[in-house]
Amino acid sequence: MFSIFGVPAPLLFGQLLLGIINGAFYAMLSLGLAIIFGMLNIINFAHGAFFMMGAFAAWMLLSYAGIGYWPALILSPIIVGIIGVILEKTLISRLYKLDHLYGLLLTFGLALVIEGVFRNAYGSSGLPYRIPPVLAGATNLGFMFLPNYRAWVVGAALFVCLATWAIIEKTSLGATLRAATENAPLVQAFGVNVPRLITLTFGGGIALAALAGVLAAPIYSVNPNMGSNFINTVFAVVVIGGMGSIMGSIVTGFALGIVEGLTKVFYPPGSATVVFVIMVIILLVRPRGLFGKAA
Amino acid sequence: MAGMTLVAGYGRQISIAGYSRPQLVALLIMVILVCVLPWVLYPVFLMKVMCFALFACALNLLLGYVGLLSFGHAAFFGMGSYVAAWVAKSLGASAEEAILLGGLAGAVLGLIIGFLSIRLAGIMFAMITLALAQMIYFFCLQAPFTGGEDGIQQVPRAPLFGIINMQPDMSVYWLVAFIFIVGFVFIHRIVHSPFGQVLKSIRENEPRATSLGYLTDNYKLIAFILSTFLAGIAGGTKAIVFGIATLTDVHYSMSGEVVLMVLLGGMGTIFGPVVGALIITAMENYLAQFGAWVTVTQGLIFIVCVLAFRRGVIGELAAKLKISL
Repeated sequence: MFSIFGVPAPLLFGQLLLGIINGAFYAMLSLGLAIIFGMLNIINFAHGAFFMMGAFAAWMLLSYAGIGYWPALILSPIIVGIIGVILEKTLISRLYKLDHLYGLLLTFGLALVIEGVFRNAYGSSGLPYRIPPVLAGATNLGFMFLPNYRAWVVGAALFVCLATWAIIEKTSLGATLRAATENAPLVQAFGVNVPRLITLTFGGGIALAALAGVLAAPIYSVNPNMGSNFINTVFAVVVIGGMGSIMGSIVTGFALGIVEGLTKVFYPPGSATVVFVIMVIILLVRPRGLFGKAA
Repeated sequence: MAGMTLVAGYGRQISIAGYSRPQLVALLIMVILVCVLPWVLYPVFLMKVMCFALFACALNLLLGYVGLLSFGHAAFFGMGSYVAAWVAKSLGASAEEAILLGGLAGAVLGLIIGFLSIRLAGIMFAMITLALAQMIYFFCLQAPFTGGEDGIQQVPRAPLFGIINMQPDMSVYWLVAFIFIVGFVFIHRIVHSPFGQVLKSIRENEPRATSLGYLTDNYKLIAFILSTFLAGIAGGTKAIVFGIATLTDVHYSMSGEVVLMVLLGGMGTIFGPVVGALIITAMENYLAQFGAWVTVTQGLIFIVCVLAFRRGVIGELAAKLKISL
């Protein structure tokens, strides 16, 4: 067994992998937040709750309908996305003319309701969700054992993030979306149905969170608090990356996950706070965030 | 304040020391209720309400009068509570010392967090205060003096000024009532001072306040520190009354709860947060046996308030009666 900087290599790489996995979830969640913020000017405080709902939807599909992991990977984001669309249509769309703070308060209330309902129904202890058989086991890379499922999560998350980036930056749909973000009335004047675009954007962002939830289900136990544990850190990630850059939130998400993992190796007590410390430094040096546009 | 002065305000409005006549009546009713209710209701419950009412009033100073939504106020409440509990238990401080040090802890933390967070406005301000408060939460989870998951328990109700026995619930009740009323009047004083007028102008139109020559960031920071000082006082009082300081006090759900109190009672009204604190605390007492339904109810109140009831209980009442409360 060899070691790096006095740390056994398997420990280092193990924590690094955990960091990258966390980073993958940070990236997917902050990406969804950034897209929704760009279009709706709302910080979706319920994002963690939708992430949790994604994991629960996968668990319910398996337990009640016998539908396995792979179909759930598609079905769960669709189901949760539809719930998101309904909530946008019925509740959130009433607030666009008001101060943005009301959107924040409303989504915070939504998060409380969703988490409370799930906690009543399923308790707080967590439900197991098995890794699909194809991805069970681990591969020996020589310097460490890489669990197959975790490798899949990182690959899938990276693919989804890049695909989302490509859709927004490289397609005509994305161009319309970006135009509507800049100047909604003008885009509407060109005949684009902007309210529908807003609804779909919200649904898409929610679906992204739900997809992250399905990916997370076999790694963390499926429990009602899994979203709120993540979301505070994700907010710090968003502040560090700065609002308004899609690629920025992907890069920041992964990078901070890795930093967190490394901190766990070299200074374990600091691992919970390192992201927030970085946020403080960023606020002092560059308040608009690493990738944020100048105000 | 040079005693009570009669000031002819705008038009026919008469105000006494910044209080309009309806406000004066309401204040009188509140003081009478504070004095009478302990013989009707359980005093410990009332003390809890007053601690949260002061906390909510402190947040309202920021949210209602400067327009800054801090989503991390539990950090100051909790830190005040931990510091007061620690000095009372480990250093044998008297009640008033412990509570004042709690307030000081809130103010110092407020200086640091305020300095960092007022750089950004609106939604970003809310996110930053939330994230920084989460950092304080992790700090309290790990720091040696807070007792981790157990918190600081069995904090003695030390004698006031070292002589007045604070063991009976009714003696400590009068202390809490005094702190609450003084805190309430202090906040009203701030809001109706020239300083408070500048705060309100920042809420209405910050660029304009800047163009008039006000250093708005300094005003916001001072308001932030005042608010966190009072939040720390509220937390410290709670620790001394209940003899316990735990992670619940610094958790972000506490931040959400106090925002809910202000929202439900009425942002930017002086009596709103008090009413909000009363309703939410009472609701939690009655629903405590139903577990997570408390959270669901809180969430529903948030949603209803935002969609249909944005002025809050007192705000709606004041609008109906065409007075300011």
